[in-house]
Amino acid sequence: MNGSQRIPILKVGRVLVVPVQVDMDDQTVIGLQERILSELERTGARGVLIDISLLEMVDSFIGRMLSDIAAMARIMDARTVVVGIQPAVAITLVELGLELRGVDTVLNVDEGIKLLRAEFGAYGADDDEDDEFQGEWHSFGESRHHA
Amino acid sequence: MESRAITLESEHDIVVARGEVRAMAVALGFRLIDQTRLATVASELARNIVKYAGRGQVIAQPARHADGREGLRLIFEDSGGGIPNIEAAMRDGFSTGRGLGQGLPGSRRLAHEFEIESSAERGTRVTVVRWI
Repeated sequence: MNGSQRIPILKVGRVLVVPVQVDMDDQTVIGLQERILSELERTGARGVLIDISLLEMVDSFIGRMLSDIAAMARIMDARTVVVGIQPAVAITLVELGLELRGVDTVLNVDEGIKLLRAEFGAYGADDDEDDEFQGEWHSFGESRHHA
Repeated sequence: MESRAITLESEHDIVVARGEVRAMAVALGFRLIDQTRLATVASELARNIVKYAGRGQVIAQPARHADGREGLRLIFEDSGGGIPNIEAAMRDGFSTGRGLGQGLPGSRRLAHEFEIESSAERGTRVTVVRWI
């Protein structure tokens, strides 16, 4: 089994939320990259939010994976935000010489959602399954019922 | 604390190496940022061995500086074909593989001491030390 299956990819509105909670070997990283891209295609999501707040280390391989995901997602018309980089990880990344090119980073999931929402307007306007995150999305003349 | 040797021959061993090195750094009393630096160095240099030499090992050993400070020394060794052009390999952005070419120069910046010996006959040995 692909080790990346242990990492959930949650669709929340038009955003794929990817909480990375385990240290990943290289194959797991590659598997996760492929899964995110196929989920983008399958769901038509416009944003990818990768939460790495539990990652204690980001080396050049994982850093490159994050840049690659952002570049590939952009080609598929989706924006990528990486949230929750620990201070020690940020310092190490810079000393290592990694810039995380093309990746937007924010401090927490809230900020990440704000940024993605600003990017494509409504957050999750196309589904009924995402009511929890729809606080600021309203459509005139439509009444939404929270089942 | 005793030295530890970790065999490096698969991608999984890279994860094991960085985990073990971090655990030793914690036990020696390194602060969080230095634990992270050491785990990252371990990951970069262990990957170089698995990727380029196929197999080798890392020895992690407690060290003591002449001024009394404690530290951790990591010795990465393999008997692969060596690095033909070390000077180029130490430059940022140089890579013959799929990496970003940050492994060696990045690791040098994350450590206090960094030494590399490499030849086609004897393979490569990279020694790094970080003091507390």
